Amino acid sequence: MPNTYDLIIIGAGPGGITAAVYAARKGLKLLVITKDIGGQAALSGNVENYTGYQFVPGPQLAAKFEEHLRKFNFELKESEAVKEVKCENSGYIRIKTDKGIYAAKTAIIATGARWKELNALGEREFKNRGLTYCATCDGPLFRDKTVAVIGGGNSALDAAIQLINIATHVYIINIASNITGDRIMQEKVAKNKKVTIFNNSRVAAISGDKFVNAIVVKRGGKEEKISVQGVFVEIGLNPNSEIIPNIEKNKKGEIEIDKDNHTSIPGIFAAGDVTDVSEKQIIIAAGEGAKAALSAFKYLTRQA
Amino acid sequence: MSKNVLVYSTPTCPYCTKAKEFLKTNNIEFENIDVSVDQAKADEMIKKSGQMGVPVIDIEGSIIVGFDQEKIKAALDL
Repeated sequence: MPNTYDLIIIGAGPGGITAAVYAARKGLKLLVITKDIGGQAALSGNVENYTGYQFVPGPQLAAKFEEHLRKFNFELKESEAVKEVKCENSGYIRIKTDKGIYAAKTAIIATGARWKELNALGEREFKNRGLTYCATCDGPLFRDKTVAVIGGGNSALDAAIQLINIATHVYIINIASNITGDRIMQEKVAKNKKVTIFNNSRVAAISGDKFVNAIVVKRGGKEEKISVQGVFVEIGLNPNSEIIPNIEKNKKGEIEIDKDNHTSIPGIFAAGDVTDVSEKQIIIAAGEGAKAALSAFKYLTRQA
Repeated sequence: MSKNVLVYSTPTCPYCTKAKEFLKTNNIEFENIDVSVDQAKADEMIKKSGQMGVPVIDIEGSIIVGFDQEKIKAALDL
């Protein structure tokens, strides 16, 4: 039998970290396995809707989460990738990583989500050559350049707002007929002269030489080439749920959970963006993490 | 003799922060170059690495893109 724990939490974004805080306070024998700390929160621009913080940059909020996490006594495996989560006949959950094997009575999957790709011509070729999925990381490199943000939700608006202060012009290429992000963000973008919004538009191709120099936008059957040096893809998320194949998931691949964060496998709980929770927000992921930890604690109490 | 290490980074990029923390933890001296305020250095980074993502770490001319612990260790003989 490998090292065994009461609870193993996979992932340390807002959901996993909050779950760990709750579990550690309950005194559970806890292991957290994660590739990185902070998750998507660490890659967000400015966060203005996390209660208690009227305004906080994503990386700073993630740093506060990490500081809170490290106050507790538990085992943490960083830079470690989980390969597979499996239920054993013994009732233990077996977790295989790129570095070892662990077992636990309960597990919380809080692996989050990653950026969805555009599937446009040239996307792979120009990745990091003008095309990026992280405005917070790479935005500052586009000073005095013309850029395009692809998408129309909150993450696209967040990227556009960051880029307004850096780039000379920001195009927003939105596939839907309207921008869907928060009104407060829409207003910031709409009233800015540096922004041009293309609704009902799709990016067909990204072109360039060594670096991006244009995108081809399709609108109403017509194609138009727009000269840009930067492309920021913000079209939504794919859940990181591949590590656990034999669990109920919806069409998007999100792990299905009930209101107490139970999955279809007893003893396995899930929280945050990897699940079919109705909204993907930092504060929601954190709340879901708390619920999942309390549900795991109850489950352990019943088993004991 | 210690190697000459340059870190091209932006203040907001979490992987840049992680890379710098990693170097500090291993007592590696480095020069941090903030490419968000220095366009000439940003161009230099793009020329050296052939791409625009941060961080870029230059260890005595060997160029590492992203926070790749294994490659950093190898380049520094850690």
